[in-house]
Amino acid sequence: MSNEHSMRRVTAIRNGTVIDHIPSGQAMRVLEMLGIGGETSVPISLVMNVPSKKMGSKDIIKVEDRELTQPELDRLALVAPDAHVAIIRAYSVAEKLTINLGDEVVNVVRCTFSNCITTNLREPQPHRLRVIERDPLQLRCHYCGRPQELGELANNVL
Amino acid sequence: MDDLTNEQILDILSDAERLLPVARGELYLPLLKGRILGNLFFEPSTRTRMSFETAMKRLGGDVVNLGDVKTSSVVKGETLFDTIQMVDGYTDIIAMRHPRQGAAQYAQDAARVPILNGGDGAGHHPTQTMLDLFTIQQAHGRLDGLKVVLAGDLRYGRTVHSLSHALVRFGCDLIFASPDLLRMPEEIVSDLKAHGANVVETEDLYGSMAEADVVYMTRIQKERFADEDEYARCAGAYKLHARHLADMKQDMIVMHPLPRVDEIDPSVDVTRHARYFEQAFNGVVARMALLCRLLGVTVPADVLAEGGAL
Repeated sequence: MSNEHSMRRVTAIRNGTVIDHIPSGQAMRVLEMLGIGGETSVPISLVMNVPSKKMGSKDIIKVEDRELTQPELDRLALVAPDAHVAIIRAYSVAEKLTINLGDEVVNVVRCTFSNCITTNLREPQPHRLRVIERDPLQLRCHYCGRPQELGELANNVL
Repeated sequence: MDDLTNEQILDILSDAERLLPVARGELYLPLLKGRILGNLFFEPSTRTRMSFETAMKRLGGDVVNLGDVKTSSVVKGETLFDTIQMVDGYTDIIAMRHPRQGAAQYAQDAARVPILNGGDGAGHHPTQTMLDLFTIQQAHGRLDGLKVVLAGDLRYGRTVHSLSHALVRFGCDLIFASPDLLRMPEEIVSDLKAHGANVVETEDLYGSMAEADVVYMTRIQKERFADEDEYARCAGAYKLHARHLADMKQDMIVMHPLPRVDEIDPSVDVTRHARYFEQAFNGVVARMALLCRLLGVTVPADVLAEGGAL
C-alpha cells in the first residue's frame, strides 16, 4: 500500500517542460496564457489541487516534447509568477528556468482597455504594463494608466 | 499633473498670476518670441485650442495647426507616432488632444519636444486642471482645506477626474453629486481614498452645497442615457438656478468647464457666485505659464517692469 501512496499521480516525461508550484486552480489559465491546449498536438498532463508542503495545494502541468521559450516564460509570469519551470531531457532535469516579473511587462500583452492608444496595432512603440502590486497582481498601462483586467490578458497576448 | 509636485503647481499658478496683464492685452511681453507651438487637435475643441493659440501669441510666439483631421494625413492612416515625428521637427512644443486614452504619454515617449496634454479620451486634462486650480485660488486665496462639490457627469467628464486628484493633493474635501449612472469611476474613488481623501458620494446636489466653497458643474449628455425620459429626470436634478444659491456661503464660487447647456441657468450669471467665464479666460494665463515652464523660460518677477506697451 505504501508503495501505491508514494506513486506519482502522473508518470515522468521523457522530454519536455514541467511547470510546478502553480497556484491552486490556475492551471487552465496558465495553459490559456501559453496558448497550449486545443490545437496543440503534444501530450499534456495536468494535475490540479494536489497537496503541497509549501503552498497548501497547487497545480502542476507537464508538457511533453516542448520546451518553454523566454516569451512564454514572460507570459507565465502574469499568471503564476512563483511557479517552478524545469526543462526535462531524457527523463532528467536539464535546466531550471527562472520566471522574472520585473517592474514593467514590455511587449508581452497589450492593454485590456478598449480605447487605449495602443489598440491601434500599427502604432510602433512598445506595449508597456507597469507592475503596481505583485500579490495579488495589479498592472496598469504605461500610456492610458488603466488598471488591467487580468482575466482578459490571455486574449491580448502579442 | 503627476509629474509636478505641489510646490511646482503653486509656482506655475504664481507665474500665471503675474502674467494676467499680458493675457488681458494690457502689456506686451514677448517671452516666447521665435518659438513655435504645434496645435494637434485630433478631436474638435474650441476653448482649449483657441486658448493655447492665444497664450502663445500673447507671448510673442507662433502657432501651426494640424487643421481639420478629415483633411490631414491622419485620415490616410498615419500613426500617431509618425505624425509626432513630423510635427516634432517643425515645432518647439506640442499641444494635443486625441480621442484615445494614453495618447499624450505615447506622444511624449515619441517626441523630443515637450507635449502638453489637452485631453486624451476619458483620461487626463491637466491644463484644464491647472486653470481650474488657478480660478479656485484666485477666489479663495488658497487651495488647501476647501470643500468642493463636483456635480453632473462624473463618469465620463475628464476634467473632474484630473481635478479631483489635484484637489486631494491639496487636502480638499470632495463631494461627488451625480446620478447613479454617471458616478465617479470606482477606481478613481478608491485611488483618492487611498491618498487619504475625505470623499462623499451623493445623488443630492442641492442638499450638498450648503457648506461648499466651490460648486463645479459639468454637462450631462443626452447620449449617455437609454431613453429621453431617464435623461430628463436625471439632468433635471443637476441644474443650478439663482434661487438655489440664496443660502450659500458668500464666497462660494460656481465653476463649469463650458460649454454649458441647461445645467446652469443664465440667472446665475449675474450672481456673485458665477466664475465660469473668468475660468475660461484663465485658460489663457494658465497655458501661458505652462508654455513658459516647459520651454524653460522664466517668467520675470516683475512683469510690469519687463513688459512694454502694445
